[in-house]
Amino acid sequence: MAAFFRRFRRNRAAVLGLMLLATVTCVALTAPWLYPGSPFRLAGQPLSPPLGTFPLGTDTLGRDVAAGVAHGARTSLLIGLLATAIAVAAGSVFGGFAGFYGGAVDDLLMRVTEFFQTIPSFLFAIVLVAVLGSSLKSTVIAITVVSWPAVARLVRGEFLAMRRREFVQACVGLGMRDARIIFRHILPNCLAPIIVLGSLMVATAILIESGLSFLGLTDPNVMSWGFQVGAGRGVLRAAWWLCAIPGVAILLTVLAINLVGEGLNDALNPRLRRG
Amino acid sequence: MLAGEAGSATPEYMAQLRAKFGLDRPLWLQLAAYAKNILVLDLGYSFRHDQPVLTLILHRLGPTLLLMTTTLVVSVGLGVALGLLAATGLNSWRDTLISIFALVSYATPLFWLGLMLIVLFSIRLGWLPTSGMETIGAFTQGWARVVDVGRHLILPAGTLSLFYMALYTRLMRASLLEQAGMDYVTTARAKGLSERHIVFAHTLRNALLPVVTMAGVQTGGLLGGSVIVETVFGWPGLGLLAFQSLFARDLNLLLGIFFLSACTVIAVNLAVDVIYTLLDPRIEVG
Repeated sequence: MAAFFRRFRRNRAAVLGLMLLATVTCVALTAPWLYPGSPFRLAGQPLSPPLGTFPLGTDTLGRDVAAGVAHGARTSLLIGLLATAIAVAAGSVFGGFAGFYGGAVDDLLMRVTEFFQTIPSFLFAIVLVAVLGSSLKSTVIAITVVSWPAVARLVRGEFLAMRRREFVQACVGLGMRDARIIFRHILPNCLAPIIVLGSLMVATAILIESGLSFLGLTDPNVMSWGFQVGAGRGVLRAAWWLCAIPGVAILLTVLAINLVGEGLNDALNPRLRRG
Repeated sequence: MLAGEAGSATPEYMAQLRAKFGLDRPLWLQLAAYAKNILVLDLGYSFRHDQPVLTLILHRLGPTLLLMTTTLVVSVGLGVALGLLAATGLNSWRDTLISIFALVSYATPLFWLGLMLIVLFSIRLGWLPTSGMETIGAFTQGWARVVDVGRHLILPAGTLSLFYMALYTRLMRASLLEQAGMDYVTTARAKGLSERHIVFAHTLRNALLPVVTMAGVQTGGLLGGSVIVETVFGWPGLGLLAFQSLFARDLNLLLGIFFLSACTVIAVNLAVDVIYTLLDPRIEVG
């Protein structure tokens, strides 16, 4: 563990990413205290430029952009983490069973996975949200459905490699139940790549969510960054910063998560370090 | 649904309509009917546009294909070139600069990038048109038309390309570095070949394999991205059609586009398998 932190710290980009991510998380957690009340509340004169009474200005309806960005951070992180957590859990179980049992089970499960992978993911997410209706729940479901196949494939590959190792043979020899071998013995051994993939998936999930909310497909009562960009689009000519500010928030968050993910990758797989 | 929106439908009329379109039958029967129709390429009828779905889609296919082909060529071309530049100057300022550029582009939301490019090039500088595919009412012919469409194409294609270019740059760099550690490179070096010759005659070809794979896998993503980009730039393609059908609740049309996209992805992946054999003669189409 100590060695892991030392390796992670040596990667300056990853530390920078972690600091950025910590800032975003802090803003997200303290948003209800920093900007109490609904972020949709009218705060002042519409379209006042940044650096006036309101640090980031107000939008077309006089809503405080800073409050929106803070509350939007909550939405983005929540959806990103939730969707990824479910996708990782589902993908691990799916891929785990496929890799462990092999043969017909593997064939069946992998065909299903490939079926989901063939469908263009963003279009699929749009169709799902269209069918399920605009709510926080359906957004999470849509993102989960399009992102679990990647985990399933990764976990299956790891399991196939682990299946033949001595410690698994020993467990089978001891007469352990399959479920116990899978979850107690093999899964912990493939955690490293799953964590790395998972962290990168959070970034993708946030990008998908912002795309959906930009198109106006997510819950209209929940403030999000994509929605802010979409709402500011109409006055792009007069007030370009309305679109720019939330976009920068998305960019920095996704960048931070990617940096942390790569740092994790380098720290968890020391053998893969670039020369 | 349309009748309901008009607000003049009696319950009897609605029931009659439902029976006519088979909406009163069990769900699985409806699904079977839809599946049967798809097999003969009958994608249904769009009541919003009062046209068969297939006609609508084919009409919009051209602009999307133009956008996607341009994006694919630009992003793969530039991505490979940048990856090559980064890998050959490993850990130099060139490498660092390209890597940072790729990292940032990779994290940029497409719609935001599109809007910012509009602000910069169309509103501030006034160089390029903001939206559409042709200047409205210009009715240009021949080369003037090509130039006009080209000018409209720059921003959407550029937006879509930047993200994928970042992807291919990173992949190309990693793949070239991996190849550089192989035994055959050491052999080539021992033979006294120049570094330049090694890269262009030996490693480049091998390093291209994962990039081609990725380009195939990403076609689906490209279609999804085109929904956003076409919406931002008002490009009259499939993506915009999908977006409009979504808000008009024209599900027949949306499903048709969806179905066609999945088919495109499969077709492209088959094409990728063929490209493999060109790049690496050891692989055969089996």
